[in-house]
Amino acid sequence: MSVAAVAKEHLLSARQMADFAAGGFLVLDQVVPEEYNRRALEEMRAFAGSGYRYWFESSVIRDIFELPQVKGAVQSFVGANPVYDHSFLHVVKAKHLKGQTYHADSVIDTRPFGFDVQAFYFCHDAPREMGPTLVLPGSHLRKVSNGSIGRYKNIAGQRQLVSKAGSIAFLHHGIWHCAQPNFTDTTRYVFKLRLRPGEEQRGLFNTDGCGSAEVLDYLRKAGHHAWCGDEARVNQINIAKFWRYLCGDDSVDASFEGALTRMGL
Amino acid sequence: MSVLRQQILILHAADPDLESRTVAWALYDGAKPKGELQMQTGDSDVPPYESVLDAMRDGWNVMQLPALPVFIGGHEHEQGHLPYEYVLERKVEVQ
Repeated sequence: MSVAAVAKEHLLSARQMADFAAGGFLVLDQVVPEEYNRRALEEMRAFAGSGYRYWFESSVIRDIFELPQVKGAVQSFVGANPVYDHSFLHVVKAKHLKGQTYHADSVIDTRPFGFDVQAFYFCHDAPREMGPTLVLPGSHLRKVSNGSIGRYKNIAGQRQLVSKAGSIAFLHHGIWHCAQPNFTDTTRYVFKLRLRPGEEQRGLFNTDGCGSAEVLDYLRKAGHHAWCGDEARVNQINIAKFWRYLCGDDSVDASFEGALTRMGL
Repeated sequence: MSVLRQQILILHAADPDLESRTVAWALYDGAKPKGELQMQTGDSDVPPYESVLDAMRDGWNVMQLPALPVFIGGHEHEQGHLPYEYVLERKVEVQ
């Protein structure tokens, strides 16, 4: 998959990428114009093929991922030449009352900080009762094996990706997540696109200010997740290591009490 | 005639202190018939008990205390599953 490089103004800002680093996901609210959403919804409702084929057979989905802001986000995560991994059109029928179990996608990833990004595109409003994906912010760097977290049911701080039409949520592939029940009388659609990096993911976004006091302070606070309990500090330090990788600068230190500097890491 | 069925409550605590706050919870109810929905992912934002000790006070029996983590040199910062997992059970009567 080739994405011609976008202008710097369309890349994610340091503050946006810090959000992703700390939580493992970033939502671009209503980034897709209504005209595209209307076309996509009509198409999805009529689509009878395999969900794996939607990307290839749709007349609109590729246009959406060509929008400058969307391309800019993709480039910020996986570079200008990402590798298509897979995609799927998820359909949750009306009154489907059983939620998925918690899981992390694919398999345990042995890359220390490299990651695939998964874009979840909502072409219609997805309120809580319709069952948009539930994620656990801050879980993305922990090593679990797909369904090995399936025993968990509720975790403090879990958040449903309640979205307005035209929103795209970009998820780190390792984040703990699950689809939720659809209590409404309307079928829910979400299109997922998984992309692998085409290059090392260092300094791909607009890194202006990535070492600023404001951003580092934000990472210290937002990267501290209460559900981690006694492990929250180490979880935050791993986020600080991830931030160094994303920035392409191993001197920035967003870690708790400057632990990375103190330990000479 | 009534019979006994087991309920399993899994509480994850913030730290090894049984009075520390609950950070995750799951209930598996053997008294519910097959086909009836169990506790589901994301169906509650507030834990049933603030701590393991509170659950014990309400009649739950602790079946499992987690072993304390072992930190291996060179891997001290690696993380995975939730570490302080307590498994509790109680028996309830069903008709």
